[in-house]
Amino acid sequence: MSTAPPTLELRGVSKRFGSVEALTDVDFEVRDGEVMALVGDNGAGKSTLIKCVAGIYSIDGGEIFFEGRPVVIHGPKDAAKLGIEVVYQDLALADNLDVVQNMYLGREIHDPLFRLREAPMEQRTAETLKSLAVTTIKSVRQPVATLSGGQRQSVAVARAVLWNNRVVFLDEPTAALGVAQTRQVLDLVKRLAEQGLAVVLVSHNLSDVFEVADRITVLRLGRNVGVYERDATTEQEIVQAITAGAPAQAA
Amino acid sequence: MSTAAPPEVQAAALDQDSLAAVLRARWDALKGGDVGSLPVIVGIVAITLFFTSKTNIFFSAVNFSNLIGQMAGVTVIAVGVVFVLLIGEIDLSVGYVSGIASVAVAEFQMAGSSHDFPGLVAIGLAILVGAAIGAVQGSIIAFFGVPSFVVTLAGLLIAQGMIINLLGTQGVIGIDDHQVLDVANYVLTKNTGWIVAIVFTALLAAASFGTYFGRLRAGLPTGNIIVTTFRVLFYGGLAFAAVAVCNHSRGVPLVGLIVVFVVVLFAYIAGRTTFGRHVYAVGGNAEAARRAGINVKLIRILCFVISGSMAGLGGIILASRLNSVDLTFGGGTLLLDAISAAVIGGVSLFGGRGRVSGALFGGLIIGMISNGTDLVGSADWIKYVTTGSILLAAVTLDTVARRRQAAVGR
Repeated sequence: MSTAPPTLELRGVSKRFGSVEALTDVDFEVRDGEVMALVGDNGAGKSTLIKCVAGIYSIDGGEIFFEGRPVVIHGPKDAAKLGIEVVYQDLALADNLDVVQNMYLGREIHDPLFRLREAPMEQRTAETLKSLAVTTIKSVRQPVATLSGGQRQSVAVARAVLWNNRVVFLDEPTAALGVAQTRQVLDLVKRLAEQGLAVVLVSHNLSDVFEVADRITVLRLGRNVGVYERDATTEQEIVQAITAGAPAQAA
Repeated sequence: MSTAAPPEVQAAALDQDSLAAVLRARWDALKGGDVGSLPVIVGIVAITLFFTSKTNIFFSAVNFSNLIGQMAGVTVIAVGVVFVLLIGEIDLSVGYVSGIASVAVAEFQMAGSSHDFPGLVAIGLAILVGAAIGAVQGSIIAFFGVPSFVVTLAGLLIAQGMIINLLGTQGVIGIDDHQVLDVANYVLTKNTGWIVAIVFTALLAAASFGTYFGRLRAGLPTGNIIVTTFRVLFYGGLAFAAVAVCNHSRGVPLVGLIVVFVVVLFAYIAGRTTFGRHVYAVGGNAEAARRAGINVKLIRILCFVISGSMAGLGGIILASRLNSVDLTFGGGTLLLDAISAAVIGGVSLFGGRGRVSGALFGGLIIGMISNGTDLVGSADWIKYVTTGSILLAAVTLDTVARRRQAAVGR
């Protein structure tokens, strides 16, 4: 790994809901150009961690660093300003709008009179999809409702790229997809990292994880189990870490 | 930012703009549940043929002018309803809110009272009253999360009570301000009518071809030039035909111009501005809109403000038409006609789908049925049963279309 500071780093982060400790002293990092998988059983704290970084929850303890600088994330706007984008499992797309409209939702290009400027939006949408080799979408002017699950996921991911985000969290991006569509999305995940983004893949599916991830962070019951290099570990070891916990290796 | 799309995109653009491809795409959309304006056009033609076969007055210049006056109030109210439906809400108060505005405009212009405002001021104030009621209802819905059905049902009752209270002692207020009376009764001179048709067609052509050449320069799919030209000629021709028919009688009623202006203005707001885009987003997926940073509460409130304002303008038109305001204002089938007009015009009750122009077409259908049954001399029950059946058909079509569209994706 390079000596540059990680793009996003969490140190000793804790989050409590009443008496329940959802996260206890958790460390996490992701670097530019890498795919970091975040795995763990239900209730391990993956979703809580995402929501803390996305600014939906505020953390109770610990620190968050962005490119080595300590940052405070109070709300979704802070996260967006840093360039952290979360692509949620339930797909934050409006079905009735077309691809361009969804890509620019809330950030439309307009003139001083708030009139939409469709041409540049459509051009950049087409370019972004092309740069990610998303070629199966016939027209960027078709409503998202008419797209397949994989295509919809592609649009959601492409939106993160369009906005020059630095860190992209993908929450279970393949959960509802068939084989071919899963392939499509996993290829997309790899290309995101190739474009220099820091990608965090949250998934239950270890074969997906082993296919695209460079490193794997395992959480269990809200605590770190360890960080594993993909090439130096096996699915068996990860499964054991997820279910029973294991001594943390040097991260 | 580059000025032109990559060559591959341009090639694809050329490919999908051929006439055959455009028609094929339209056919695919139709199969996918997007029926567009087809049912409305079929409906208008069928109703015209039916009543023309029953009475020869129906298809006459005089009756066309009458029809415009009869449908104007409902259509304007329906334009406001479209925005509320687009965000997936409902406004049951528009009938009596329009009644309140009727009373307000009559009250504000009343000669000899302490508030004897000029007509235009009275009109402006009455619209503001409608907007304020919409703002209050919208705020309760947006901030407290009370279902719009209940909030506007309460609004309906309160507004009805207020009308009875305001008119209670005298029961009726006459309108004698000329500007207020002109709203529904002024007729444009024949030459002014022609100028309106020319301006309308010129603006339409400028907008259509401006978009076309703008997209051509940017190297984006433009749609077919023949289709674009045909559309401009069709709607321009319609405008000239309407003016010609009106001029054959007394001339173009000012209120017809007001309706077209309102429809075009709000169609523009819905289709071409960021606000309109956000309205559709909130109706399609409010959570996605919120995550995208859209102020969902503000959009909701503004839609109810539009609904209240247009109910207000509709009420003014209705008051102006009858030269006076009485206790029947805002009641009867006004509310149901306005909502039906929007729905028949293709605006989905589920939110996020439909166009503002739907209010015009829906209003036209409802107006034609009402006008036609009156001319033929049918009993009132036939009018209600027919309107109800068409409404049912429109909603069923919407529901089926939605299901089909969901089935095409995934």
